[in-house]
Amino acid sequence: MQYTRTVEALKQGTVIDHIPAGQGVNILRLFKLAETGERITVGLNLSSRHMGAKDIIKVENVALTEEQANELALFAPKATVNVIDNFEVVKKHKLELPESIEGIFACPNSNCISHAEPVKSFFSVRAQSKDVKMKCKYCEKVFSKDIVAVVR
Amino acid sequence: MANPLYRKHIISIPDFSREELELVVETAGKLKRNPRNDLLQGKLVGSCFFEPSTRTRLSFETAVQRLGGDIIGFADGGNTSAKKGETLADSIKIISSYADAVVMRHPKEGAARLASEFSSVPVINGGDGSNQHPTQTLLDLFTIRETQGTLENLTIAFVGDLKYGRTVHSLTQALSLFGARFYFVAPEQLAMPEYICEELDEKGIEYTLVDSLDDVIPLVDIMYMTRVQRERFDEAEFKKIQGQFVLRADMLKTARTNMKVMHPLPRVDEITVDVDATPHAYYFEQAKNGVYARQALLSLVLNETV
Repeated sequence: MQYTRTVEALKQGTVIDHIPAGQGVNILRLFKLAETGERITVGLNLSSRHMGAKDIIKVENVALTEEQANELALFAPKATVNVIDNFEVVKKHKLELPESIEGIFACPNSNCISHAEPVKSFFSVRAQSKDVKMKCKYCEKVFSKDIVAVVR
Repeated sequence: MANPLYRKHIISIPDFSREELELVVETAGKLKRNPRNDLLQGKLVGSCFFEPSTRTRLSFETAVQRLGGDIIGFADGGNTSAKKGETLADSIKIISSYADAVVMRHPKEGAARLASEFSSVPVINGGDGSNQHPTQTLLDLFTIRETQGTLENLTIAFVGDLKYGRTVHSLTQALSLFGARFYFVAPEQLAMPEYICEELDEKGIEYTLVDSLDDVIPLVDIMYMTRVQRERFDEAEFKKIQGQFVLRADMLKTARTNMKVMHPLPRVDEITVDVDATPHAYYFEQAKNGVYARQALLSLVLNETV
């Protein structure tokens, strides 16, 4: 069967695939991928056999670290992160929830001191039955990840 | 060997081990029996109240002065450089370069934790927004130990506003280290937050949600009352629940002889004045204990051994 690539193959860099449709742009913004200055290809609402619709991001010349990949697990737990070198997959990151996450999300508590001070936000992360809970180091409030892990 | 709280920041009750809580409680008892006027001699404590407070500030300042220490500081953030837009981080860097310890209250949650990251001396949290008020919990623990002779396996009812009451949350967390059994008596709108109940479930601590004050009176060693704030309800709703969570002297007939009534104060009308004369009333002694608990804490933080 003739198979056509809808997104061009990557020589070197990182492919973030199987992102839930609609989250691709958020991920792009949260991880400030565009600020790397590298060439980025983004596919939105691509058809996927398993997911129905998915987003995909390909970043040239940037290898996502283990830590960054785990941060991704918060809002795209089924995403796959492949690091590519010379068209070959050299590393497949297995996404695991990070123990903590620093400086990416703002604390949803508007009265938390972290907003107006020279510090990075910091949450400890804990899986709890079906939810993931995030506790702010400063105000000690506990939030469901869906409340914290959003673009503001 | 230095005591485990020497030069430590005191920010939040969950940071404490059971042994550390016991150490503060024991030290407070010693200082109440045998007052000392030398433990803070030559020490200067910064008292930084970015938000007004009566009991907490006065009892801290009393504690410092009774122990022979000196105090600098302010009672209202409105007169400080915070008003000019200085960050708390900068303020604390400077104040901590003047004093040997900083006691602070601040309207924002997390302020004390943040201050501890920028301070060169121990920071003691005197309340950060709706988050923590650890010295209230320490004085509550001291009072409970003083009246019951132990902290182990006690039965405690918390009554009133259990949703917003930070003292209730921290005291529940602290007592759960000592195998307590809890009754939570509150209107549905002010019930204990889910996260506290989940923590208790995880630790296998028994608790019961109750809506009648009368039912729990014969069952408990400590009745911890709190104020139900009128402004949390509309007028009709408030009328309905008002009276349900009020303790009167005639209700105490079924109480155990050792049962004590506590309240973080100020009380409004949730404990009627006739309770004051019963042998169960202990809230004024509890407020007085604030000085000993804070003396104990300051002494431990500023001295290798006490």
